[in-house]
Amino acid sequence: MTASKDISETGGGMIAPAGNSKRLRMAPKLAYRNLFHDRLSLFVTLVGIVFSVVLLAFQSGIYLGIERTIAAVIDQTEGELWVVPIGTKSVDDPSLLPGRESYAVLSVPGVASVETLVMGFSRWRKRNGGATTVLLVGSDWTQGGFRPWNVIEGSVEELAAPKAVAVDKTYFKDLDVTGLGDPAEINGQTVTVGAVTKGIRSFTTMPYVFTTLGRAQSMLRANQEQGAYTLVKVEPDADIATVQARIQERLPDVEVLTRGEFRSRSINYWLFHTAAGSGLIAGTALALIVGIVIVAQTLYSSTKDHINEFATLRALGASSRYIIQVILLQALFSAVVGYALGMSLTLAIFAAAKGTTLNVVMTPGLALLLFLVTIGMCTIAAVSAIFKVTRIDPAGVFSR
Amino acid sequence: MNDFSTSASVAEPLLVARQIKKVFGTGAGEVQVLKGIDLDLKPGELTLLMGPSGSGKTTLLSILGCILTQNSGELEIAGRNTTGMSPEEMADLRRHHIGFVFQSYNLFPTLTALENVMLALDVRDQLPADAPHRAASALNAVGLSHRINTYPSKLSGGEKQRVAIARALAGSPSVILADEPTAALDSENGQAVMALLAEVSRDTSRAVLAVTHDHRTLKYADRIIRIEDGFIVGDERPSQGEIVNHNSVGEHAAAAANGSHDHV
Repeated sequence: MTASKDISETGGGMIAPAGNSKRLRMAPKLAYRNLFHDRLSLFVTLVGIVFSVVLLAFQSGIYLGIERTIAAVIDQTEGELWVVPIGTKSVDDPSLLPGRESYAVLSVPGVASVETLVMGFSRWRKRNGGATTVLLVGSDWTQGGFRPWNVIEGSVEELAAPKAVAVDKTYFKDLDVTGLGDPAEINGQTVTVGAVTKGIRSFTTMPYVFTTLGRAQSMLRANQEQGAYTLVKVEPDADIATVQARIQERLPDVEVLTRGEFRSRSINYWLFHTAAGSGLIAGTALALIVGIVIVAQTLYSSTKDHINEFATLRALGASSRYIIQVILLQALFSAVVGYALGMSLTLAIFAAAKGTTLNVVMTPGLALLLFLVTIGMCTIAAVSAIFKVTRIDPAGVFSR
Repeated sequence: MNDFSTSASVAEPLLVARQIKKVFGTGAGEVQVLKGIDLDLKPGELTLLMGPSGSGKTTLLSILGCILTQNSGELEIAGRNTTGMSPEEMADLRRHHIGFVFQSYNLFPTLTALENVMLALDVRDQLPADAPHRAASALNAVGLSHRINTYPSKLSGGEKQRVAIARALAGSPSVILADEPTAALDSENGQAVMALLAEVSRDTSRAVLAVTHDHRTLKYADRIIRIEDGFIVGDERPSQGEIVNHNSVGEHAAAAANGSHDHV
């Protein structure tokens, strides 16, 4: 070797001050290389994360789907207030109001308009025999009120024709219909399919059937002033809470709820007063636990495999923060790759579920939330590895 | 610590150890590995630390490297007294003033030679903008400019150790501590590595201490310290024909018991 001058130049200079320096990125590189060095461990880690992401996405997607399904009718209405029979648990658990509520509500200061919505369980007799229960919804959309949505065949206007009803394509098989013009009976009255909607699912699996207000009242044996709900539009400058209180005062035998309150009540009833909610929560918790355990196990194992390297890092003077950074970056890389794979798989499954009665929903907000949860899950999983690595005895680097 | 200025050398020592004692275990299992070591390391010297197995060489190296803490005694490195330092402060001292060369190289297998050297720079709080260039220069200095993008698994033992030396150099340490740097190398590579360490020690801002069993390395030493049973029993500078304190263990034990110490 004849490089003493070079050595002197290399090792003799002091490191430049902070102002003239830029940060190298060796910690991410080390984390990345450690992670991808052992492909089998990485595979196991990713399988765990993908499993968790898919399961979490499914649970969340089902939750959102259920929420939207339960609240679908409410979300399609414009009234700020709902007048409902006392004790109504959910929008799809209807009973009839006493009647004449519309007149009383209209007389309340601050009310702009009212709309009667009639809903009730009905017997749908199939054309080839057999019967099923449907949820019949009647409304008067000629005045700009609630109307069936997502119509893909026929039109809402065609429901004005005698006997016409709208059904959802999802339930063709249950209702024994194939398209426009197919006949059936509701509560003994003949009906024909006048319009077909798409994607209007029912949480209870009872198909929604839409028709005019008068026809639904007739089929449900309600009088012309009776409905299941009275929807109230409040004047733009009126205070909704004040109007709500006034209506409640005027109609003590009914409940007056804001649209949000009725929505929450409906969702809470199905999710938290039945086993559906606890099942979802248990599934979500299970997904999280499985993800954390698998990622923790593999990260810990990876840390143990690289323990001499971490001890060397420590001996070289790396701070605890630096070493923790490497571990956390490994967790972060795992999370990002696992999330990308898991979310891709989830979206493929969700796409395949379209058109079925399974209503799973993915929104950008949910996708972001799941990403953050995945990051959090992997960070928590890194704790055991961090615990291990911060207790390394750097003296182990020497052969004693 | 009140006796750091007693060195006879003109140059100020970069590392000063006084009455370093280390005990492992407790009760009946207690073993006193170091029994009162006094040691100064001066810049521009390659010092070999020799002694039989179990004599305390590696324990002393670990303490001098701020990896282990002594039970008693004081240690000062580059003017900083380590007494009462927290593990993080010790780590800070290591990354700014100490370079290590390990027997088993301890290179990161997933990083190239260049990246291994850059990692040593990265653990420092601040880095120069030309860090990659500096790392490459360090590898060039140890004759590995053609291997900078090679992974450790593709390097020979001698090349690995040279990368480790480059890594130690890149951090501009005041003190380089080498643990059996030639133990895993064949004769030719061992000689080359020792020659390199000798060159490294020529830098007057740096002291190099190497623990070794290898008597073939003696010719590179500016100074040889012998340790036995927890005591320094010999300190010689071959080039000067100087031999200091070449006492027996028994004499050291007696000196320690009487409270008198030799600073070597």
